[in-house]
Amino acid sequence: MAVMNVNPTRMQLTKLKKQLKTAVRGHKMLKDKRDELMRQFLELVRETKDLREKVEAELENSNNHFVNASAVMSKEALDASLMSPKQQVNIETTSKNVMSVEIPQFESSARTSDSGDIFPYGFAFTSFELDDAIVSLNNVLPDLIKLAQYEKSCELMSAEIEKTRRRVNSLEHVMIPRYQDTIKYISMKLEENDRSSRTRLMKVKDMLLDKAHNYSGKQ
Amino acid sequence: MAKNIAVIGDAESVKGFSAIGIDIYPCSESDEAARLLRNIADSETYAIIYLTEEVYGNTAKERLRYEEKLIPAIIPLPSVTGNMGTGRKRLSSFVEKAVGSDIIFNN
Repeated sequence: MAVMNVNPTRMQLTKLKKQLKTAVRGHKMLKDKRDELMRQFLELVRETKDLREKVEAELENSNNHFVNASAVMSKEALDASLMSPKQQVNIETTSKNVMSVEIPQFESSARTSDSGDIFPYGFAFTSFELDDAIVSLNNVLPDLIKLAQYEKSCELMSAEIEKTRRRVNSLEHVMIPRYQDTIKYISMKLEENDRSSRTRLMKVKDMLLDKAHNYSGKQ
Repeated sequence: MAKNIAVIGDAESVKGFSAIGIDIYPCSESDEAARLLRNIADSETYAIIYLTEEVYGNTAKERLRYEEKLIPAIIPLPSVTGNMGTGRKRLSSFVEKAVGSDIIFNN
């Protein structure tokens, strides 16, 4: 029995009862939060897993094209054709609040109005493999951004779930039993004091009566 | 404020990303990658920083600082040399952290 180091007084008892009530309510709420976060997290993780598999497959495809392109073009020519990019991806970041966890939302926009306007070179001296590589890379870009958003959300949510779980456990297994034990201890102590003063009173009353009427028959 | 995307990794792997509008930071040394990551993550001009799996593995200490922050999102990607499964492991570590054991990737 873990009893807190407190004075067994009526005031302390009321205070502790109030604290216990808060702790129980907090525990219930945190447990709900944990469950809901967990549900959303698992949903998100499943989605992220599929998305990652898809993105990785597409990246591999694009990498293969690149390797082919570098096989048919000289390194200098390849580097030169990619040297001055036309495009610039801009990301607008906002945040969304999911059960008190801030998760990012990425909104992408391209610098040029035509998002298909990606080839930073003329077609005359480059391999078609390079075009394929860049097109496939460009196609994967929206998923790539979504993947970043999902994975970051997973990361933040898992950290929050861990924290919440710790709080729930500490409330459930440490704080609440401690409050309950202390309340029990104080109320027992108060009852004990009560009984002791009652017997004392009875004893005193006996003694007084004895003195006044001489019940015991002593002189 | 609009932010950009960066990718750090070996030159072969990151080259193509420049064409689609992502800033590339080619590097081969792991020390250099760590320094680069710190610099560009602290500059706060990037919302997403992709790392090749090699760089990702070598910069565990640097990445720790940005784990709790909303941005930048630091994400591993497979490089030209092939997929090492870092992304999968990373996701599974999140599940393990949240649930206590990995219930999604264990099959």
